[in-house]
Amino acid sequence: MSLLETKSLTKYFGDTHAVDHVDFSVAQGELLALIGSNGAGKTTLVNLISGLLRPDSGTILFQGADVTVMSVHDRIRAGIARSFQLVTVFDQLDMLDNVCLAIFARDGKTRRLLSLANSDHAVSEEALGVLREFGKANLLAGGLAQGERKLLDVAIAYALRPKLLFLDEPTSGVSTREKAPIMDIITSIVRSGKITAVIIEHDMDVVFRYSDRIVVMHEGAILAEGTPDEIRRNEQVTTTLLGTRLEAHEHARA
Amino acid sequence: MDTFLIHLLNALLYASVLFLIAGGLSLIYGVMRIVNLAHGNVYAVGAYATAWSVGRVLGGGQPSPALYLLLPVGAVAAAALGAVIEPTLLRPLYKRAEEYQLLITFGLLLILEDLLRFIWGPYPLSASSLFEALGSLTIGESVYPSYNLVVIVVGAIAAAALWAFIYKTKFGVILRATSQNMRMASALGVNVKRIYLQAFTLGCFMAGLGGAIIVPQQGAVLGMGVDALILAFVVVVIGGLGSLEGALLGALMVGVVREFGIAFFPEVELAVLYFMAAVVLLIRPAGLFGHV
Amino acid sequence: MSSIPASPKRALLSAIPIAVILFFLPLLVAPYQVTLLAYGLIFAIAALGFNLLLGYTGLLSFGHSAYFGLGAYAVAFIVKYLEITSMEVFLLGGVLASAAVAALFGFLCVRYTRIFFGILTLALSQVLWSLAFKFYWVTGGTDGLRVPTPSLMGVRNPAGEDKMIFLAHRYYYYVLVIFLVGASVMWVIVHSPFGKALQAIRDNETRAEFVGVQVWRYRWVAFLVSGIYTGLAGTLWVPLNGLTTPDILHWTFSGKIVFFTVLGGFQTFTGPIIGGVVYNYLETYAVGHTVYWQMVLGVVLVLLVLVLPAGIAGTANRLILKLRREA
Repeated sequence: MSLLETKSLTKYFGDTHAVDHVDFSVAQGELLALIGSNGAGKTTLVNLISGLLRPDSGTILFQGADVTVMSVHDRIRAGIARSFQLVTVFDQLDMLDNVCLAIFARDGKTRRLLSLANSDHAVSEEALGVLREFGKANLLAGGLAQGERKLLDVAIAYALRPKLLFLDEPTSGVSTREKAPIMDIITSIVRSGKITAVIIEHDMDVVFRYSDRIVVMHEGAILAEGTPDEIRRNEQVTTTLLGTRLEAHEHARA
Repeated sequence: MDTFLIHLLNALLYASVLFLIAGGLSLIYGVMRIVNLAHGNVYAVGAYATAWSVGRVLGGGQPSPALYLLLPVGAVAAAALGAVIEPTLLRPLYKRAEEYQLLITFGLLLILEDLLRFIWGPYPLSASSLFEALGSLTIGESVYPSYNLVVIVVGAIAAAALWAFIYKTKFGVILRATSQNMRMASALGVNVKRIYLQAFTLGCFMAGLGGAIIVPQQGAVLGMGVDALILAFVVVVIGGLGSLEGALLGALMVGVVREFGIAFFPEVELAVLYFMAAVVLLIRPAGLFGHV
Repeated sequence: MSSIPASPKRALLSAIPIAVILFFLPLLVAPYQVTLLAYGLIFAIAALGFNLLLGYTGLLSFGHSAYFGLGAYAVAFIVKYLEITSMEVFLLGGVLASAAVAALFGFLCVRYTRIFFGILTLALSQVLWSLAFKFYWVTGGTDGLRVPTPSLMGVRNPAGEDKMIFLAHRYYYYVLVIFLVGASVMWVIVHSPFGKALQAIRDNETRAEFVGVQVWRYRWVAFLVSGIYTGLAGTLWVPLNGLTTPDILHWTFSGKIVFFTVLGGFQTFTGPIIGGVVYNYLETYAVGHTVYWQMVLGVVLVLLVLVLPAGIAGTANRLILKLRREA
C-alpha cells in the first residue's frame, strides 16, 4: 500500500486547470522528486495535499485514511509536513527556538501559558539533536545565510517527526556549493528510514542524483513517472519538457 | 410625506459631505496604502479656513453673492496642507511598517487639532450668513433651508467631476495603475513620487471641500475632525477601502441610517453605524466594492 | 525579540532594584508625585497587555480603549447599582467584564490582520463609546460616573483621612503589587511555549499554521489575555481618577495606548512599562504647562516615529549592545 495516494485530485483557478484529475502516489521510504516546468501544477498539488488549498474534487488518502478535508493541524498530527518554496522561518526567534517551537506544537505544549519555554530541557535537548543533524548554530534566524535558512526550514518540518515530508525547492536560491550538503542531509534522514520525502526541484542535477523516483508534471497532469533512468530515457519527457535542460545536463556529465 | 422628503434631503446632505471626506480618505488609501488618521482634521481645516475668510471679507456688512466664491478657500487651504504633509512626514515612511504610518498620522491628528486652536482660538467659527442669505424653500407645509440643496448639488457635482477625472483623464489612468500595482507602474516609468503627492493633495482637497461647503450650515468647532473621521471610516469600511464607488454607496447608506436613526432611534444611532461597519468587515473584509 | 536568552534569574536580578526603588519612593517624594507614578504603573499594565498583541503577535489594535473603559465602567456600575465599594469586587467585576467582551470581540477580529484588524477593533470599540455616550441615564453621558475611595482587602479608609494620602500610600502599594504580579505573569507568558507560538505567528502566519499552531485560536487567547490586562488597568485607574467618562472609551484613547507602547519600544518586554510611566509624566507635564498639550504630544510622537522608531527601551538596548561590542 502506498503511504499517500490521490485519486482524481482536481483544482481549477478560473479557467486554469492547475491540477487536473491527478492520481499521484508516494511509496513508503522513498525520496521522490516532483518535476515539471513553472506552472505545471507541482506546488498546487503539494498545497492540496498539505491542506493549504482545498481541492475542487478528488480524494487524498494518507495511510489509507481519507484526509481530503482535514484541517492543516490534523494533517500534521497524522504525519504530513512541508516546507515552503520561499524560505519561511521565524526570523525573530533564534534557531533553537525555531526548532523548539515545532516540537512544542507537535507535542501540544504550545497551549502552556505559564511555564517557561527554555525550562523544558527535554524539548531543548531534542531540538539541539535535530540541529546537530543539520549543523547547529544558535543565532537569530533572520541573520542566517540563505543556505542555512533553507536547512533550518527543513529542520523545522523534520522536527515535527512527520511520516511524509514535502520540500518545495529545498535548494532554490542557494549557491551550487551549498546544494550538496542540503541534499545530503535530506537523503540521510530518508535513508535512516524515519521519513518519506517528496521534493519539488528544478535543478536536474540534484533530481537525477538524489531521487529514487521521479514524477513529471505538465499542465496540471502527470506526464510520466519512473526511476531516474527511466525518465532520462523517456523521449516524451525529454522532448516536450526537459528538452535543452536535460541535454545540457548530459553534456555537463559527459 | 413631507417629513419623509425632508429626512431624505437631510440624508443626502450628510451623504454629500461624507462622500467628500471618505472619498478623499479612500483615494489616499487606494493609491498609497496609508490610512490617514489626520484626515478628519484636514476636513476641519477646510471648514475653519472658509469660515475665517468669510468672516474677514464680510466684516459686519451684508452678505453679497460674491461671498460664495470664498467657499473653495477651505478646499485650497486643505490641499496646500496636504502638499506640505506628504513630502515631509509621509514620504520617509513608505518603506516602514504599517504601524509607524498609522502612528505618524495619529501624531499629525494631535498637532492639527491644536493648530486649529492656536490659529482660530477655542471658540466655534461661523459662516452662517451664507446659510441664511439663501433663505428657505417651502416643501408642502414645511420649510427647508435652500443652502442645504447647494451642499447636495456641490456633493453631486464633486462626485461626477471626480469620476470623470479618474476614469476619463490620463492622470486618472496613471492613478489607477499606480493603485493597482505600484512597482509595475514605477517600472513603466510612472513617477510614483509625484503621483503620491498628487493623490494625497487631491484627497485633502476633497476633505477640505467637504468642510468648506458644510461650514455655513454647521459652523466650525474643535473636535469636528475627529468625529468626522470616524464616520468616514464607517463609510470606507462599508464601501471598501480604496474604492470611490464604495465611498459613494457607503456615504449614502451612512447618510440615510444617520438621518433616520437620529429621528427614530437616537440612542443607538451611532452604535448602529459602527455595528454596520463591523458587520460588513466581518462578512466582506474588503468592503462591498473593495478588492483585498 | 530576545537577543539575550531569557533566564528568570537574570530577569529577577534586573527587576529587583527597580521594585525596591518603586517600593521606597513614597517615602521620598511628594504624595502628588506618587499618584502620578501610580497612574504610570496602571498605564504600564494596559500597555503590557496591549503589547502582547502588537509586539508578540503582530496585531495592531486600535480599539483597546474598549477594555480599559470596560474595566472602569464595570467599577462605576458596581458602585452605582450594587453600592459595593470593595476593591476586590471591583477587580473581579472589571476583569470579568473586560474578559467577556474581549472574548467576543477577539473572536470576531482574529481572522483579520494588518489594517483590517485595526479598523475592526476600532469600529467595535466605538460601539461601546457611543453607547456610553448616548445612554446617559445609565452611564452619566459625558458627565461620567463618580467612583468613591474603595476599601482595600476589607479595610475601609479611616474617616477623615485625606484622599490624596490614601491614594499616594495604601492605594499606590496596592497598584504596585498588582503591577509586579502582572508584569511577572506577562514575562512568563511571553517566554512560555504559548508565547513562542505567538511570536511564530507574528513572524510568519502560514509557517506557524504548518507546524501545527492553530493561528486563530492562539490569536484569540492572546487577544483575551491582552483585553484582561487592559481591563485590569482600567479597573485600577478609576478609583485613582475618581471619575470615568466616555473619553476613555473613545478611539483616541486607544491611540494613546498605541502611543505609549511605541514610545517605550514595542519590540522589547520592558518598553511598554517604560512607555506607560514616561507617557503619563509627559502628558501631565504638557497639560499642566500649556493648553496646546496635544501639540506637544503630537510633536513627540512624530519625532519618535521619524527618529527613534525603536522607542526608549529599544534604543537603549541597541546602545548597550553596541557599547558591549566595542568594549
